[in-house]
Amino acid sequence: MMAQIPTNVTLLRQILVSFIRNEVEKVGVHRVVVGLSGGVDSALSAMLAVEALGPNNVLAVMMPYKGSNPESLAHAELVVEKSSVEALTVDITPEIDAYFERFPDADAKRRGNKMARERMTILYDHSARWNALVLGTSNKTELLLGYGTLYGDMASAINPLGDLYKTQVWALAGAVGVPEVIVQKRPSADLWAGQTDEAELGFSYREVDKLLYLMVDLRYSRPELVAAGFAAGFIDEVVLRIMNSQFKRRLPVIAKVSHRTIDRDFRYARDWGK
Amino acid sequence: MTFRVGIAQINPRLGDLKANLALYEEKIRQGEKAGVDLLLFPELSLTGYFLRDMVPNVALKLASPEIERLKKLSRKTSFVAGLVEESSDYRFYNAAVYFEAGEIRHVHRKVYLPTYGMFDEQRYFARGDRVRAFDSKFGRAAVLICEDLWHPSTAYLAALDGAAVVLCPSTSPLRGITDQQPQDDNARYWELINQAYAETYGMFVIYGNRVGFEDGVGFWGGSEIVAPSGRRTAKAKYYDEDFVVGEVNLDLVRRKRTMAPLLRDEDLDLTINELMRIRERPSEVKKTKVKSKKAKGKKKR
Repeated sequence: MMAQIPTNVTLLRQILVSFIRNEVEKVGVHRVVVGLSGGVDSALSAMLAVEALGPNNVLAVMMPYKGSNPESLAHAELVVEKSSVEALTVDITPEIDAYFERFPDADAKRRGNKMARERMTILYDHSARWNALVLGTSNKTELLLGYGTLYGDMASAINPLGDLYKTQVWALAGAVGVPEVIVQKRPSADLWAGQTDEAELGFSYREVDKLLYLMVDLRYSRPELVAAGFAAGFIDEVVLRIMNSQFKRRLPVIAKVSHRTIDRDFRYARDWGK
Repeated sequence: MTFRVGIAQINPRLGDLKANLALYEEKIRQGEKAGVDLLLFPELSLTGYFLRDMVPNVALKLASPEIERLKKLSRKTSFVAGLVEESSDYRFYNAAVYFEAGEIRHVHRKVYLPTYGMFDEQRYFARGDRVRAFDSKFGRAAVLICEDLWHPSTAYLAALDGAAVVLCPSTSPLRGITDQQPQDDNARYWELINQAYAETYGMFVIYGNRVGFEDGVGFWGGSEIVAPSGRRTAKAKYYDEDFVVGEVNLDLVRRKRTMAPLLRDEDLDLTINELMRIRERPSEVKKTKVKSKKAKGKKKR
């Protein structure tokens, strides 16, 4: 039988709540800001933060665009209601439209990236205003596939979900009480009408998660993956996606000229002195 | 002989000696109040674990004021501290120092420095070159640091060198979620080997792990005292700070070794002979070396 992705929700919940509390408090703050999209990832991140820090220390920011699916905002509001977090809505339509008036030919990808980065700047602004850390919402599946906007939704100070596959996010979201309608719906970046992650990627999260788990976590070789029943073309496509998005998971490349270059031979933990 | 062992399952600050020294003092006082005779601190708990380039900045010479302070703190309660030791020739060791009655009685320098996966210890630390048991007021004991104990040879050597108690300071990261048990996979494995060594060699295994997070890596805690019977006489919380105290009764070592005299029956000569044979067995690496020597010789001719 093929190895299954473990979803020990009790343990995951305990670890992630403890992670948020530890990593936030050691910085000397006690609050986080999180962008609530209406999707399952940000809902889960926010609710874990509420468990770790209390609802008054979590600021959920909803940042709809005029083209966003109204359902997204409604679902985000469900989370706010359920978790009693501090909430704020910032409509990003004026700034997005003002910018693209100058570049009306911009395609959906450029517009989507711009919106993701606009939202990032708002979260960081409120993190400064509120003396809080920006809480990440990217899961392991999308990080590996590069399915996110660099310096956009991928930006955060700490990310409790970055080592959880989407399959695990769903399981944990159900367990911590993310509203069922959010757990059940088809994931969408909602950057344009009718967009769904799985249609855009060309495969389902559950399908790719099985592959990623064997390939990344258990280090199955290509022949072993084929023997486990994965189509060779699918394996190669996913490997290529991971390789081609490696840049999104690293700091910008620095030209080395000194004896000690940041992150190459100048090596310190992020939690330096903390 | 019976004595009380405490384990300080703490969450030190990364690279902050001063704060961690204060934490040590607090825990030693707590131990005194709890009637602890011997207190175990986790690996590198005076400095934090993922030190990287901070290693030389937090390293302590055994003659440093910080070590003098620790000596004084050991007048009532003996303890094992986890720190970076700087040698006179400027090497840095991942070390555990045993303090007793105001003095250093033993220093163990970690022998097996994991440098794979998430670990990079050999990049920053010099490797210890000995495994020795030592005499303490609690009888003969040995200190093995974390990964050391994953190599069965170290526990074997400690047992044959007469240790009735193995003290294992650890900084063990949680990893591997499974659906088969409440704890992570690493916790499961540690508990398995702690118990196996305790029962195999008829000794107490005292395991002190830390908690907290460093750059997102959590440490699973779960410190424990395992008696020679395999029974746990103290068990700390998983994933959370704790301070546990348990009794170590050396009569249990006697009883276990009477009933199962495996150490008595251990054939040291057999082991040594076989190891010497294995050492001489040609390996791929040695074959290459021999070849290159021959090639050299040919050139000369």
